[in-house]
Amino acid sequence: MSNVTMKVNGKPVSGDVEGRTLLVDFLRGPLGLTGTHVGCDTSQCGACVVHVNGEAVKACAMFALEAEGAEVRTIEGMAEADGSLGTIQAAFQEHHGLQCGFCTPGMVMSAAALLKDNPKPSEAEIREYLEGNICRCTGYHNIVKAILAASGQDVPAIAAE
Amino acid sequence: MYAFELERPKTLDAAKAALAGDEAQALGGGQTLIPTLKARLASPAKLVSLAAVEGMSGVKAEGDQLVIGGATTHAIVAAEAALTYPGLADLASHIGDPAVRNRGTIGGSLANNDPSACYPAAVLASGATIVTDRRQIAADAFFDGMFTTVLDEGEIITEVRFPVPQAGAYAKFVQPASRFALTGVFVARFSEGVRVAVTGASEEGVFRWTEAETALSGNFAPEAVDGLSVSPDGMIGDLHGTPAYRANLVKVMTKRAVAAAS
Repeated sequence: MSNVTMKVNGKPVSGDVEGRTLLVDFLRGPLGLTGTHVGCDTSQCGACVVHVNGEAVKACAMFALEAEGAEVRTIEGMAEADGSLGTIQAAFQEHHGLQCGFCTPGMVMSAAALLKDNPKPSEAEIREYLEGNICRCTGYHNIVKAILAASGQDVPAIAAE
Repeated sequence: MYAFELERPKTLDAAKAALAGDEAQALGGGQTLIPTLKARLASPAKLVSLAAVEGMSGVKAEGDQLVIGGATTHAIVAAEAALTYPGLADLASHIGDPAVRNRGTIGGSLANNDPSACYPAAVLASGATIVTDRRQIAADAFFDGMFTTVLDEGEIITEVRFPVPQAGAYAKFVQPASRFALTGVFVARFSEGVRVAVTGASEEGVFRWTEAETALSGNFAPEAVDGLSVSPDGMIGDLHGTPAYRANLVKVMTKRAVAAAS
């Protein structure tokens, strides 16, 4: 076992982990941050996306020890200080960007990473950026609408309405 | 995953020392290796992460070459090579998905030599040089068949040096589930001639299509390869495509790459 120290959602945390302990297992287990989901566990589905030093990564494809000293942000860090939903979360609610909700934490974290680099993405850019996030309920249209809305853009009628 | 020890050395010397043992293996971004470990297809006693090694990440121009550190992520190559070698940056910007590109590295991709990976095509078509902690290896001598390279145990790719062509582009027919190349072709036109490298198609891994190189060196236009055909012998056949399908894709993607580069 080795000790690992990092900041998660602004709070310093540390714990003892094995070499093989995945970042997602450290977040969900010792830290109890179960908002980050494990979907496929083969780095295909994106349900486990978190930010490490500001970049979207799949927390099931990174070891906890590799986040030593890093700033990690999870879905639990996306709400406003008063506990109300953040802009992207509120847009997902408003536009029905989720049904079962399993993929939603990863979708929101990927959306946040996209909007940081590209504050006004086109519909095509949003769809391309979400290549690594799989949703089996919504058919994606409402997720795309939510992200357009969260970026302050008009939400067009998208096919399949 | 079986248990292993994970080390994160800060210097190249420390990484070399950590990799000296029999059961040690280098870890790049882990985007292939970690799923492999989960499937228990690999069981190293020790993993040595190269991510924290000083001086191993970054993109810089040196004379007429573009030099990329071995631990540089695809996302950094996509952003920082865009002006100097747009064809290479475009390739890097379409590997996997955004989260994979933030972790996966050029050194890891080359050392793994997946027969459907994108980077081997760019390295071979560009005639790049792979620099390790112990020698320099020309791309033509580096790849040694599917998932095999001439790297020795514990040898570390420290940088990759790309001669920048007059024109270069990559065309990938995406296998949509894995986002690897069902077949991908990189063409690079230099003053001394054109080089064409194909990934995703052959059971031997990445290869140069020399007939196309000759034709394109005479006329760098998509129709220059119209009269050529590729034999399906030795091409990969699986549920995604037959050998004949892939052989045809080699030609189609070559034409698309030439069109994109022209």
